[in-house]
Amino acid sequence: MGKIIKTFNSSSLLVPFVSILLGLLTGAVFMLAGGYNPIAAYGSLINRIFSSPYNMGETIRAITPLIFTGIAVAFAFRTGLFNIGVEGQFMMGMTGATLVGVLADLPWFIHAPLAVITGAVFGGVWAAIAGYLKAARGVNEVISAIMLNWIALFLSNFLIVRFVVVEGQQKSKPIRESAMVKMDWLVQALDSARMHWGTVVALVCVVIFYLILWRTKLGYELRAVGLSPEAAHYAGMNVKRTMVKSMFISGLFAGLGGVFEMLGVFGYQTVMAATWGYGFDGIAVALLGGNTPVGVFLGAVLFGGLNYGSAGMSFGADVPPEVVRIVIGAIIFFVASHGIVKWMLKPFLMKRANNRKEAA
Amino acid sequence: MDRNKSVVQLKGITKRFGSFVANDAINLELKKGEIHALLGENGAGKSTLMNVLFGLYQPEEGEIWINGEKKIVDGASKAIELGIGMVHQHFKLVQPFTVAENIILGNEPKKGMNIDYKYANNKVREISERYRLKVDPEVRIQDITVGMQQRVEILKTLYRGAEIVIFDEPTAVLTVQEIEELIEIIRNLAAEGKSIIIITHKLKEVMSLANTVTVIRRGRVIRSLDIKETNENQLAELMVGRDVTFTVDKHKQEPGEVVLSVEDLQMKGEQGKLAVDGMTFHVRAGEVLGIAGVDGNGQSELIYGITGMRHISGGSVKLNGQDLTNHSPRQVSVAGVGHIPEDRHKHGLVLDFSVSENMILGSYFNKQFGSGGFIDYKAMDEFSQKLVNEFDVRGSGITAAARSLSGGNQQKAIIAREMNKNPDLLIAVQPTRGLDIGAIEYVHKRIVQARNEGKAILLVSFELDELYALSDRIAVMYEGRLMGEVDVEHRNDQQLGLLMSGNQAGEKE
Repeated sequence: MGKIIKTFNSSSLLVPFVSILLGLLTGAVFMLAGGYNPIAAYGSLINRIFSSPYNMGETIRAITPLIFTGIAVAFAFRTGLFNIGVEGQFMMGMTGATLVGVLADLPWFIHAPLAVITGAVFGGVWAAIAGYLKAARGVNEVISAIMLNWIALFLSNFLIVRFVVVEGQQKSKPIRESAMVKMDWLVQALDSARMHWGTVVALVCVVIFYLILWRTKLGYELRAVGLSPEAAHYAGMNVKRTMVKSMFISGLFAGLGGVFEMLGVFGYQTVMAATWGYGFDGIAVALLGGNTPVGVFLGAVLFGGLNYGSAGMSFGADVPPEVVRIVIGAIIFFVASHGIVKWMLKPFLMKRANNRKEAA
Repeated sequence: MDRNKSVVQLKGITKRFGSFVANDAINLELKKGEIHALLGENGAGKSTLMNVLFGLYQPEEGEIWINGEKKIVDGASKAIELGIGMVHQHFKLVQPFTVAENIILGNEPKKGMNIDYKYANNKVREISERYRLKVDPEVRIQDITVGMQQRVEILKTLYRGAEIVIFDEPTAVLTVQEIEELIEIIRNLAAEGKSIIIITHKLKEVMSLANTVTVIRRGRVIRSLDIKETNENQLAELMVGRDVTFTVDKHKQEPGEVVLSVEDLQMKGEQGKLAVDGMTFHVRAGEVLGIAGVDGNGQSELIYGITGMRHISGGSVKLNGQDLTNHSPRQVSVAGVGHIPEDRHKHGLVLDFSVSENMILGSYFNKQFGSGGFIDYKAMDEFSQKLVNEFDVRGSGITAAARSLSGGNQQKAIIAREMNKNPDLLIAVQPTRGLDIGAIEYVHKRIVQARNEGKAILLVSFELDELYALSDRIAVMYEGRLMGEVDVEHRNDQQLGLLMSGNQAGEKE
């Protein structure tokens, strides 16, 4: 476990960069094996993202939830916890926002913030359950969080069907306009791409992520517990309470991700057969970004872009968009097994070191 | 037997780790039946050299000659094949296996498809009798003492036909009596014609045991000497590179008020047994109470109990009359207890934090380091820089990770932090473990200085020399109980040793 966390917290720039290249190469190999043209495929992927204002806007929309889930996972990692339950917390966030958005009838300046906060707290509490079980009973947070993901899925469906369902359909009533947080002027400017304030909040959260961890006493405690629970205990920190706090904050970020998918993008919630996968992608984003604020942001941009652009591959080069999942999978593989990457880089690095020696 | 025949010759061994030269053109000669001590401070390169000989590292330069032939030792199995055995500092034994099973592990005698246990047991008995190593081959490792486990390690090397046996810091974990027994065993081995290399930094052992000593400093051989031509002081000087004073300047002083009082303390251990079983003692201002005992007799638990790091199941802890029983580590610290922990890597420091961040580990919550929940990094850095200067913590600055400091400087950083709290009670557990002589001197000086300033000091140590050098009183702990106090004026290792092994009679002798 400690080793996994260490891998995630490593902050070298080289490994992620090389991993991305290797991931794209792996994807290319698979495309070649399937008789496709990888250059045309990647070309149409990039083309799709930048082809129109609408597509650029939609790419940003696809990136936004990944920023939230990425920092959620990264935040917990910094405290030595593997929050694999971001998926479920994301969903609880959606549900909290939908319930308030549909049921309450308030002026917009109260309604929207209330829906956002409710969703965030739903996510935070959901994560804190796993944190509490770990602190109080020693239950491994990975196990409990995975189970809580399933509970979140069915609990969400139950709440939607019980309280806000449209009779005879598998979806909720529309969220009231007063709770929606679309950026109407930008939606118009970008040919009705679904732009919303969540993107701005996501960027603010990246900054908050940094401020909490590296500027506050709480962050000092969180990092101390993450790096060495024993030393934190010796120093008089309440390790268990810190774990619960960390999970709660992580869950807030995850919940916000779900909130804005509802209030900013869809405007209603469906009864789901499976989870969306943003939470799991968040793990990949955090891993690629080395759990640093900027890294997570860039990781979200990459994965969000790949995901959204992949539809263009089938369009422009007749390549099945699932190939992008191979690319993402390969990137994660190479980042996680950074030993392999370093081993492959060794000849180049040695040469550079030698050159430097000769120059000196 | 030709005593002048050389069995091992290391010629110009150089081993580098990156740009760091651990061994620099080292030459060493081991003769048959000789006991050769490899003396040096921590980090001098002794263990690296022996790992090269045992095939765990490959040297960049140099040659290894065994019995007059040049050999390449690429792996431990090759070393064993060449008749080299190593007794590691940390034993590599399978706890639930029997002695014989551990010894034959990796080289099992077979009878058809099955392991021939009868043969194994007999063989082990035969070797143990031949070299006078008393062990029962059929008991489990988990049921025998540390000294016995070490004998099993020695038997393991002999079973595999070792002619050259390397001991890495063999006495670090032993009691006084066990050390005597070990010295006897090593002498027997040498008398039987085995050649022995002992890695150590303890001068007394070198003087009483070795025939030849090679002093290593910063990866280089300083000198090889016949033991008859040298003495402790000269060896210390060679080892450190300057004059060393062994005694700490400590004048007598009358202790003041009782600072720490522990009454009938009880704490649960791992398997339901009491790790601390009814201990009562006091520490007064301006005195050092030393707790002697073999590792694992409840010392760690006792300290965790006093400092609030572990639950106390009975009895009480009071500081200056104020009850601290089962208070949190934060409350205990704020009440005036400084704690130099036993394991500086695990407890004392967050290794991946900067030196600066580590300096405020016990005080970050104070107003001094920022208000409104934020940390004032400038105040932190100024504070840390002051402490680093005052306590002479050397490294690459306060922004460097604590991990990057040497052991001695890590310990200095901890001492700086704990002393700066100006505690009424200072608890020091194994404060010089793994430090070199220079750093030991410094730590001892600081502890005595704190005592002279009127602080109460509780010292837990496994090193008798350290206890005698620092303590005003020495109490002996055995299986969670106090066995009694010994006289610090008239040192009597025999009596202390008996108490440490749970023999109450030690008191009367």
